[in-house]
Amino acid sequence: MATPNDRKYSKSHEWVKLDGNTATIGISDHAQDSLGDITFVELPEVGKELKKGSEFGVVESVKAASDLYAPVSGKVVEVNDKLGSEPEIINSDPYEGGWLMKVEVSSADEANELMDAQAYDSFAEQE
Amino acid sequence: MNYISNTKEQQKQMLEACGVGSIEELFADIPQDLQPKSFDLPAARSEFDVFRHMESLANRNYAHLVSFLGGGFYDHYIPAAVDALASRSEFYTAYTPYQPELSQGTLQAFYEYQTDICRLTGMDASNASLYDGGTALHEACQMALSITGRNRIVIDGGVSPIYRKMIYTYAANLNIDFAEVPVSHGQSDRDAVFGAIDESTAAVVLQNPNFFGVIDDHSDIAAKCKELGILTIQSVNPIAMSVIKTPGETGIDITTGEGQPLGNPLSFGGPYLGFMAARRKHVRKMPGRIVGRTVDQEGRDAFVLTLQAREQHIRREKATSNICTNQALCALRAHIFLSLMGTGGLTELAKLCLAKTEFLKQRLSSIKSVEVMNSSPTFNEFTVRLPIDAGEVVSRLIDRGFAAGFPLGRYYPGMQNYMLVAVTEKRTKCEMGTYAENLEDVLWP
Repeated sequence: MATPNDRKYSKSHEWVKLDGNTATIGISDHAQDSLGDITFVELPEVGKELKKGSEFGVVESVKAASDLYAPVSGKVVEVNDKLGSEPEIINSDPYEGGWLMKVEVSSADEANELMDAQAYDSFAEQE
Repeated sequence: MNYISNTKEQQKQMLEACGVGSIEELFADIPQDLQPKSFDLPAARSEFDVFRHMESLANRNYAHLVSFLGGGFYDHYIPAAVDALASRSEFYTAYTPYQPELSQGTLQAFYEYQTDICRLTGMDASNASLYDGGTALHEACQMALSITGRNRIVIDGGVSPIYRKMIYTYAANLNIDFAEVPVSHGQSDRDAVFGAIDESTAAVVLQNPNFFGVIDDHSDIAAKCKELGILTIQSVNPIAMSVIKTPGETGIDITTGEGQPLGNPLSFGGPYLGFMAARRKHVRKMPGRIVGRTVDQEGRDAFVLTLQAREQHIRREKATSNICTNQALCALRAHIFLSLMGTGGLTELAKLCLAKTEFLKQRLSSIKSVEVMNSSPTFNEFTVRLPIDAGEVVSRLIDRGFAAGFPLGRYYPGMQNYMLVAVTEKRTKCEMGTYAENLEDVLWP
């Protein structure tokens, strides 16, 4: 799966897509592929304030349970409720249907510090 | 496993590696009164000598007393089949399997045990058991703190004082704000409970029947808490569940209890059995092992340990709890006991306990200056007020062959003359009669 160019990527394998002040956040194709079949996602409550780098949830797969880290700071405005019953969407469609949450960012600059698609691809390859 | 001894020199090296100067320093965190007086063991003795020594120690127990002692642990009959089946080596040897799925029989027994607990309590999901009723209640508090992200726990005064002490001991180094609400006439004081809860409260902890044996309907407390996003935790007596309103029907979020009454003997504090069940939505925050049923690659029924990402061997420091086993043999005994009793048998047992308790209440209230407290219904147990110190009455009745009851002054200041009296199906009319006569004789010689 090609890594989309319309967003930024963190070293902990989350992606961020900015639309004005709203950032949609998910995990990369590389991340879902490494985790294997995802069976459960724990997401934060709407309204929660997140700091860049803080834990905001957990993804559980048949192989592992991994923490999710906020790639940007901000307030959670929406979470993807569909994942409650169909967490496997993250495996099949990590960049669109498998989004995790939307955050009202406190500073757009934070997102710019993250990697672009090309940089992330080579980062993921080396890992 | 072989005993591997070490030399003085090796001990010195190990202590150095730990950065302490002496063995005493190594154990410095253990309170002084709990530390052994000496690490020097006496010289070796023959098997027969040791046997005789242990026998003389065992004979110091008053195991022959006719028991009216309860306080959370009860003298119920244990059918012989419980011992016979639970001590089969297939269960006994593989009781805590490290490659669990190899022991399908053990997992099936736990799965069935979990089903028992869910049916008894009316809850959605049970774990495969915890150490005992008190630690289970502590785990439930931790669960509520983690689910709500809040910091305050309100505990009803009807919760066993032994459990409360255990909760505080476990939480001694955690920054948790506990509040206790005294009971009113032996029951949960609604106004006081509602006055004690606020937006920082994670849970209200209740017990039914409570420590005084009083049966309550906590539905109103559960409903009010639900409005405020506060969880309700209820510790229950498993045998009473067959005749009184269950936590499921009451609207409780997490239920726990002591499983000893289900086929486990009274033995100086354990091993006992903690059970826990919760609403489905809280299952991922539940501590301990959970057995699930699935199918293998050929479509046959198979049992597995499930939701293991909660557990510390997967999630390390982020585990829901540091419990990494279950009370396997005690849970197995509970399951065998319940299977033998069946729904009808268990209900009959509970009704027998209720009826005999009422009989003894009436008999004791006929004794001069003995007052049976609480007009509300009780299960298994009730409180009496005596004209003299209850501890004194208990020690005098031991000489006459009775464990008379639980002196409440031990945990409730000002209740020196009060005693909890427990009655199970094992107590005959004749035993209750002689008990009452002896009590009367001790009070009014």
